[in-house]
Amino acid sequence: MFSFHNTPRLLASTCCGILLTAMPVAGSAEQAGYYGYGESPTDEQIAAWDIDIRPDGTGLPEGSGTVDEGMAVYETHCASCHGAFGEGMGRYPKLAGGDGSLAEDRPEKTVGSYWPYASTLWDYIHRAMPFFAPQSLSDDQVYALTAYVLNLNYIVDGDFVANKETLPKVEMPNRDGFIWEDPRPVVNNERCMKDCIDEVAVSDSAEGKNLTPSTTGPLDEGITE
Amino acid sequence: MFGKLRRLDRDVSRLALEESERLPSAERRRFLRNGLFTAGGAMVGGALAGIAPKALAATQYPPEIPSWTRTLGPGVVADPYGVPSPFEKEVIRRNVPWLTADKVSSISFSPLQHLKGIITPNGLFFERHHAGRPEIDPQQHRLMIHGLVERPIILSMEDLQRFPSVSQINFIECPANGGMEWRGAQLNSLQFLHGMVSCAEWTGVRLSTLLQDAGIKTQGKWVLAEGADGAAMTRSIPLEKALDDVIVAYAQNGEALRREQGYPIRLVVPGWEGNTHVKWLRRLEVGDKPWMQREETSKYTDLMPDGTAHGFTWVMEAKSVITSPCPEMPLRGKGIHQIEGLAWSGRGKVKAVDVSVDGGQNWQQAQLREPVMSKSLTRFSLEWKWDGNPALLQSRVIDETGYVQPTLGQLRQARGTNSIYHKNSIQTWKVNGDGGVVNVQLS
Repeated sequence: MFSFHNTPRLLASTCCGILLTAMPVAGSAEQAGYYGYGESPTDEQIAAWDIDIRPDGTGLPEGSGTVDEGMAVYETHCASCHGAFGEGMGRYPKLAGGDGSLAEDRPEKTVGSYWPYASTLWDYIHRAMPFFAPQSLSDDQVYALTAYVLNLNYIVDGDFVANKETLPKVEMPNRDGFIWEDPRPVVNNERCMKDCIDEVAVSDSAEGKNLTPSTTGPLDEGITE
Repeated sequence: MFGKLRRLDRDVSRLALEESERLPSAERRRFLRNGLFTAGGAMVGGALAGIAPKALAATQYPPEIPSWTRTLGPGVVADPYGVPSPFEKEVIRRNVPWLTADKVSSISFSPLQHLKGIITPNGLFFERHHAGRPEIDPQQHRLMIHGLVERPIILSMEDLQRFPSVSQINFIECPANGGMEWRGAQLNSLQFLHGMVSCAEWTGVRLSTLLQDAGIKTQGKWVLAEGADGAAMTRSIPLEKALDDVIVAYAQNGEALRREQGYPIRLVVPGWEGNTHVKWLRRLEVGDKPWMQREETSKYTDLMPDGTAHGFTWVMEAKSVITSPCPEMPLRGKGIHQIEGLAWSGRGKVKAVDVSVDGGQNWQQAQLREPVMSKSLTRFSLEWKWDGNPALLQSRVIDETGYVQPTLGQLRQARGTNSIYHKNSIQTWKVNGDGGVVNVQLS
């Protein structure tokens, strides 16, 4: 249970000072801004839910996995959506390929071409994959899959062993491809009211493209246009 | 004559019985007792004057008396939670099947063409699921706050509701709203083009209240929010925003959150892209740096023409769209029409909206409809006399920071066509001579 003595915050200690004198008579009004509801989690409770991994590897658990082990896990749990070599299936995403395509007309954003940090791969596989049974893999399996997907992208060799020491050292090809400060607004339109442009021409129309699902009638997923 | 009357009487009795079958049993008994049997001979007269016209008349409008005026409707708790009229059955969220691999990681679109005012009914609020919507027992659900805090906490939903609550009206928009249109006009529908935005009154606890209760350590600069769904969806939020106007919401438009909106609790991060409003919230961790999660590196980053990408583009920049007319709501004849629409800005209030009927050559300032609130949908309207000639309708919002909604050409020039997210350019509707409305792009 919560105790004031374990909360060396400025606000709390101020409250404490007031409380020491006020508690015998009132007790609650003086606590405004500090409530103390809920329970303190145990270390075990925090550890069980605290699954996030940082780019520097903070949060990675014990364990390890090889590329070969990862191939076996991949074929069982991943290939049916992502394809035998991470090439994707239907609308399920590609995991590999797309090197150097980011500035092209049809960029392919994969782990190899786009993801800036290897740690994120471990984190995401662990928290959300396999798609139909998330958080069902062991830590070793996740390490193995991480190694395998990195190998599919030619980022690590076939003898790579993924663990909490090796993963943070993996340099992802697109690591420096991001600007993490929002530069917007990048467009400055002006509020013109009269004779703003000389000529107007329609360059494209959605009519007749046969891509629009029905917006009337029951939800049938049909393309009716 | 008498034969006809007897036949009529039979028809009336049958009709009355049919009507009564719609009623719950207690009301049915009362209906039959009062209306049919105890009234006796008066029934024939009543039938001739009232119920009979339903059987005989082709219409329910004047001079006929509608059948619903001459019968009893269902009683007060016939629908204990209430359902829309059966005549509104087409007003539903819809999805675009070709957009995603599976419906459990997909999006539904609000039917903006049918909505009035600025509040989206909870059943029509757009949905985005990364792993389907979980069915969470609030008794079993916990919110854990930990990391760089003095006092880690686990809160039950009862604990959470003891904190002082706030209510605020905010829109939520998926940054992919309109993202299918970067390269060209594809979808001929207001709903599918712009329906990834909705607006509600959110009630919950300020995140600042919770974080102050846990006590943020001085190194604490970021908060990681994590969902309890199968995607364990996470986003890093800078502490400055977390302490500003973010709430942990448990109610939406006066009722508990809908399951698809994060029941029992979600984050509401006013003005920021929808995926930061983490649903089914189970964990908040205070840290010194952002976490660079999958959703903030491989997704929800904007690829520029040179191959670099912009990350942490949280704010939804100002946008507007004409909701009437639109492809689903064509013009019915020449004459005076109210051009109506919605405008919003993630950076604050809508200051003004202009409307053009000639593809952006000339503009008129529209009227803003109250209330005009920060980071909320705002309605606008402009009266327009349509002469029956083809027209190109556009709206353009200016927010309180002075930002003017860009044209598609300006946006493409600055950001190329591969950025997927944050396409807030001016929408053009082409009105054809027959009143039909088409989604077009201008050169």
